[in-house]
Amino acid sequence: MISKEEVQHIAKLARLELTEKEITKMQKDLSSILDYFNILKKVKVAKNSKTTNSPGVLIRESKHVRKDEVLQKPTSLVNNLVAQAPDKKDGYIKVKSIL
Amino acid sequence: MELLDLTITQLRQGFKNKKFTSVEVTKAYLENIKKTDKDIGAYLVVTENLALEQAENADKLISGGEASLLTGVPYSIKDAILVEGQRATAASKILENYVAPYDATVIRKLKKEGAVVLGKTNLDEFAMGVSTENSAFKITKNPHDLTRVSGGSSGGSAASVAAREAVYSIGSDTGGSIRLPASFCGVVGLNPTYGAVSRSGLIAMASSLDQIGPIAKTVEDAKIIFNAISGKDNLDATSVDYVLKESKTDIKGLKIGVPKEYFAKGIDPEVEKIIKNAIKKAEEHGAEVLEISLPTTQYSIACYYIIVPSEVSANLARFDGIKYGLSNQEGNHLLDVYIKSRGQGFGQEPKRRILIGTYALSSGYYDAYYKKAQEVRELIKQDFAKAFEKVDLIFSPVSPISAFKIGEKKDNPLSMYLMDVYTCPVKLAGLPALSLPAGNIGKLPVGLQIIGNYFEENKIFSIASFLEKVLQ
Repeated sequence: MISKEEVQHIAKLARLELTEKEITKMQKDLSSILDYFNILKKVKVAKNSKTTNSPGVLIRESKHVRKDEVLQKPTSLVNNLVAQAPDKKDGYIKVKSIL
Repeated sequence: MELLDLTITQLRQGFKNKKFTSVEVTKAYLENIKKTDKDIGAYLVVTENLALEQAENADKLISGGEASLLTGVPYSIKDAILVEGQRATAASKILENYVAPYDATVIRKLKKEGAVVLGKTNLDEFAMGVSTENSAFKITKNPHDLTRVSGGSSGGSAASVAAREAVYSIGSDTGGSIRLPASFCGVVGLNPTYGAVSRSGLIAMASSLDQIGPIAKTVEDAKIIFNAISGKDNLDATSVDYVLKESKTDIKGLKIGVPKEYFAKGIDPEVEKIIKNAIKKAEEHGAEVLEISLPTTQYSIACYYIIVPSEVSANLARFDGIKYGLSNQEGNHLLDVYIKSRGQGFGQEPKRRILIGTYALSSGYYDAYYKKAQEVRELIKQDFAKAFEKVDLIFSPVSPISAFKIGEKKDNPLSMYLMDVYTCPVKLAGLPALSLPAGNIGKLPVGLQIIGNYFEENKIFSIASFLEKVLQ
């Protein structure tokens, strides 16, 4: 069973506010899920087995590096993007003080 | 002739021969949505004005002789995929009022074909779930039995096709999110090879697995849609230059692998009977059935539910209350905005996965969880690679049971996770797989999963199309 403090610590790392009720529930849920993960301790992994990501070959072989250049985009897209910000001023996104 | 029963090619014929117009077909669908969706809840929003406007334009293309197969055909879209100017919520409170600033690549491609958007369909919040009960807004019910779930996470998409509220739908599959609801709702669903379809404009869950694909009435329809949406896109670096091969695979002499681990335990005997019957039918028509072994199967759920939350914890970091979505401005500092907006905006399952992922990636636990899971993922890939040295396709159930009761598994996240046991290994390997209706238990449909090798959707379509006729 992971502790209440551990849940609070992870939530802090994840920038997530949890209510007292949620902390208790997550403590229970996370414990049973993490217990279930123990099944992986039984797997024997060959020393030289390489870890690659999904179906790799074709994706890796194709050239995906783009030129580092400024692409022209319509103003409407910029406006659409800024319009979604909850707090904005003069076409800029506004944030609260950091320190 | 009932308009709502027509497939894509039948609609195309009808448009061409002036039997009906796209506006008439679109109105028939809108009317049926009004009539039936109160009970089913497939749609989060119906885009009636947009649909009628697009249908009118489609009719102009048709009468001008510029139509393609999908011109004027009305479809629905999972609400995790962006349509410019329309809300895109991912069924989350944190995106409740978010308006998409651009079109997803798949939507841009379908718009170019003159397709008609009927609306956005319900899903589990951020596509995290197997029942569409995790939506922040409503539960999508199974059109075959309203007391049961539609499957998930693309539950609204599958239900909209099954309930004749759309000709087809565009969904996404990370661990089974197209195939499972397709199986539960008795429609065809394709999870394409990783890289076959651009994900630009899909709200990301787990980027090493997410894939967009079609949900349709028939195999032929699914193939037409897949052809229209697949291919390389500069906006998704994992997309590949891929054109579906137009080859016919004969059932005679086809080698079908049946993984013994998939029938070991926990499978409903009624589901097993239907799947075994489908395999027998293939054998009767000349296929050679071979028992195969995928020994890493028993570890796949644990592997999947470490990798996915890890990627989720990174992908969902973008929801910070600053750039878009719900924002809680109560505190005095920037950090308060992050913490409070996320706490208020995310539902239980995203929170659970963010926490598991953060834990699995955190210092001291990384090797035991994330690194180990990546090693197991490699073993799963090798299992399939070995199998495909001997067989052309693999047949299995989509899920161990048919659609379960609403609320039945709600309080037990782990029992929900176990529903992905036959669908998530395919994703960890990056393979394509299709769910084909294979029979019913009472009213409830059961899907056969047909798994192919990388970029061999052509074989899957060929054989699925043959079995579709045989199994009817």
